[in-house]
Amino acid sequence: MNTNPPAATGSGLPASAASASPEVHTFHRHIVEVVSDSGEGAQKCGQSFGLVSARMGNGAWTVEIIPAEIQPPPRTPGSASGVRIRIGSEPVTNWGDEADLIVAFNEQVLLARHRLGALKRGATILLESMWETHEDADIRRAWDEAMRELADGDYHFVLVPMEEQTLTITENPQRGKNMFILGLLSAIHLRDLDIVRDQIRKTFAKKAPEVAESNIKLMELGAAWAEQNVGFRIDVPCKKPDKAMVVMNGNQAIGMGAMASGMDLCAMYPITPATSVSHYLSDVFETSGGIVHQAEDEIAAIGVAIGASYAGKVAFTVTSGPGMALKTEFIGLAIMTETPLVIVDVQRGGPSTGLPTKVEQSDLLAALFGQPGDAPKVVMAPATIEECFHCMVSARQIAESLRGVVIVLTDANLATGVQPFPRPELDPHWQAHLPDLGPIPKDRKPFSWDEQTGLSKRIVPGQPDGMHTTTGLAHDEASTVTYAPDVNMRANAMRSRKLAVFQQTLRPPPVYGGDEGDLLVVGWGSTKGAIEEAVDRAREQGLAVSSTHLTFLSPMQPGLKDIFRRFSRVMTVEINYSDQPGDPFITPENRRYGQLCLLLRAQTLVDIDCWTRVPGEPLRPGQILEVMRAKLATDGKETA
Amino acid sequence: MSCSLLSCATEPDRLFEMSDYQGPRARWCPGCGDHGILTANQRLLADEQLKPETTVYVSGIGCSSRFPHYMKTYGFHGIHGRALPLATGVKLSRPDLDVFVVMGDGDCCSIGAGHWIHAIRYNVDMTVMLLDNNIYGLTKNQTSPTTPQGYASNTQPDGSYLPALNPLVTTLGVANASFVAQTADWVPGHLFATLKAAHRHQGFAFVRILQRCPIWTPDIFQEAVMDPAKTELLVHDDGIRDPDTEEAYTTHTWHDPADIHDGRRLASEPGTVRLGLFFRNEAQPRYDVTRRIPLQTAEEKIAHLERELDRHAV
Repeated sequence: MNTNPPAATGSGLPASAASASPEVHTFHRHIVEVVSDSGEGAQKCGQSFGLVSARMGNGAWTVEIIPAEIQPPPRTPGSASGVRIRIGSEPVTNWGDEADLIVAFNEQVLLARHRLGALKRGATILLESMWETHEDADIRRAWDEAMRELADGDYHFVLVPMEEQTLTITENPQRGKNMFILGLLSAIHLRDLDIVRDQIRKTFAKKAPEVAESNIKLMELGAAWAEQNVGFRIDVPCKKPDKAMVVMNGNQAIGMGAMASGMDLCAMYPITPATSVSHYLSDVFETSGGIVHQAEDEIAAIGVAIGASYAGKVAFTVTSGPGMALKTEFIGLAIMTETPLVIVDVQRGGPSTGLPTKVEQSDLLAALFGQPGDAPKVVMAPATIEECFHCMVSARQIAESLRGVVIVLTDANLATGVQPFPRPELDPHWQAHLPDLGPIPKDRKPFSWDEQTGLSKRIVPGQPDGMHTTTGLAHDEASTVTYAPDVNMRANAMRSRKLAVFQQTLRPPPVYGGDEGDLLVVGWGSTKGAIEEAVDRAREQGLAVSSTHLTFLSPMQPGLKDIFRRFSRVMTVEINYSDQPGDPFITPENRRYGQLCLLLRAQTLVDIDCWTRVPGEPLRPGQILEVMRAKLATDGKETA
Repeated sequence: MSCSLLSCATEPDRLFEMSDYQGPRARWCPGCGDHGILTANQRLLADEQLKPETTVYVSGIGCSSRFPHYMKTYGFHGIHGRALPLATGVKLSRPDLDVFVVMGDGDCCSIGAGHWIHAIRYNVDMTVMLLDNNIYGLTKNQTSPTTPQGYASNTQPDGSYLPALNPLVTTLGVANASFVAQTADWVPGHLFATLKAAHRHQGFAFVRILQRCPIWTPDIFQEAVMDPAKTELLVHDDGIRDPDTEEAYTTHTWHDPADIHDGRRLASEPGTVRLGLFFRNEAQPRYDVTRRIPLQTAEEKIAHLERELDRHAV
């Protein structure tokens, strides 16, 4: 499918006036990128475009392109900031492959995307024209050099006098261009301008009404410019969904899910890309009876959450990899004291400070095994924005009923990705209750472990006759410190047994595609949409490829080995590091596998392969399809 | 809370004796100052008639942090240096509970120093005891931040290299400090009076208790213990008063606890052991009060969330 409209103009030439009836090109999937220097508002523009498309009934998925600094030097490839919006006639589950249409505020940020291979060959590029004829000779030279490099892409350029146009109605083009572009994109994509106006009013709802109105004027200017100057239109047919939909990013969904679960305390310390959960909650949580406690550090954040959980309702903490490392000792305490706790880890690239704003799935093993000593816990990973919402309700319930720690692993892709999904039907039963403060019967102990299940009912302060000291030291049922071998072995078994009991309540993961075949791809977390799209494309091409996606990583869902047996090849696809076969010194004996792959190999004794990458961006379905083809070309004997 | 009112109405009057707060026999060394501090706490709870079930002792790690195990209240024996975040969480989630924190000098002033600074500033209502024996005891004789300069230990056998950290001066230097006192395990009347004043204080009441360790630092406080003239009492009508102590310890300094500058001066002068209230200001903002949110029913919360979903509807 060629998704490119024909050239509106020749390269480097000003856009020609549109004819009375522009040519309309219809696509069912379409990717737009808006990139600017950091701080010029490309994200607000792109997100608004995505929201408008979702409201019109398109499937949509947006991904932020974020530099690590607030204001890196402008007009450099490193300052590229913006958003990719993928829209479709059907639901969109991932960011896709290369972009079809790009709006760039300068040629340097465009170059950044070109160099990353983010742009489709022959893509349409709407580029600010002012730099070509800028008074500064260095800028003109940079433009010329960039244009030579960009010539490789065979792109169709439409030069847009963004600043010149914006200056006709505003004094500060830095703060107006983005809405001008929103109008431009809306006209080109046949968006309903009334919806665009309404979206702008929503975006600026907290500012004075004049702010929204002046932004609407800018948007209208952009739309009018497109009407006059752009000779093509792009139609991505949409239909109004038959059920109520909501749209938000994954971090907002985590925050709302937490409210739906009835948790009342979120203790956190600022860390990218997790912080926006607390931004969202700080705005709305108090009206719903909750507080966001910004602690003095990551350790204190989890400490406050444990203290709050110990004394009352389950609390939660939100962090990312480096914060998880700092919380390690407290996680062990929560597990040892069987204090219910929910921890959200919005994964980013690691190790150490790594790639703060970019996606990775590298915290899985640390989440499972990060504590010294045996520290069994539940680890779950939502795969979509919708699951970010619902998993918080589940996580709270699991933590409460198991008296344990639940780690929710999301990532930077889910955190900033925006997607419409069916509006949740809220249920008051999801809400945590205040703990029972009734007296404790004589025979009840703080850890009256059920011999079969390891489960016990917690006692909270305020309950008469329940007084005891909770301790991270080895303890017996009465919470009395003891180092007796039999007590310690039993207590370890009881804490572990709870996971086995919980595992029995889980269902095998569904298999996407066919029930058997030549290749099964196993994934977890945010890669689901890209993997399933690759499976769809592979099956359209007649390949016997399927996938399965794990929501629970600890304990693992049942039936995995039975599923694996039905495929001649099994491999994981993950965004974390693994050695590539064939690399120097890498042998089957010393190869380090992807994190889920390692777990599955250990758990099932199936010779599972992996394909993992750490590019700092979500995987593309096209890439995964190529991997599938390559894998199918190998001998399929591993799982025999 | 309405449920506690209900239980008050139906249960017979309960009168608590000291023994009602006594847990299993303490396993500290004979002669350890912690024993006396434990007794003072049990006496305080009986004196204040606190319900054992609504009283929580939170501690970190170290000799002194075993404290909650020897009480018959609720207790949370946490991890090294982190008692204050736990206690903050308890109080934020359950303002109805009476929260006490017990830390040692390694716990509070070294590994937990960051939390200490911020907890002072949060000024959450709790009674905070620093049991300061100037040494790491449980791990067997390592230099702590409060070990006097020159004092030998297993990690600094030629003597502590640096001047000791002064916990009173540190606390008094933090914005929003609201109650700073010092007492000693060997002056039981003063210890009790100080704990009582601390407990009644609405806010973060920080009490440094000089505490003897008979094993590793037996001589550190010996001069002050043997000769009352070496100890100076801070006295004031608004301060901590204990007539018996004032009779035995006759060196008195009149100090108004509202005067933080004088409090800092008195806390920082080396040499003299000063016991008493250095500073108190109940008007300082309390984080637990500022952040208190009225409870909501599940239905109210769901209604609120429906409105939130409306905002995100497409």
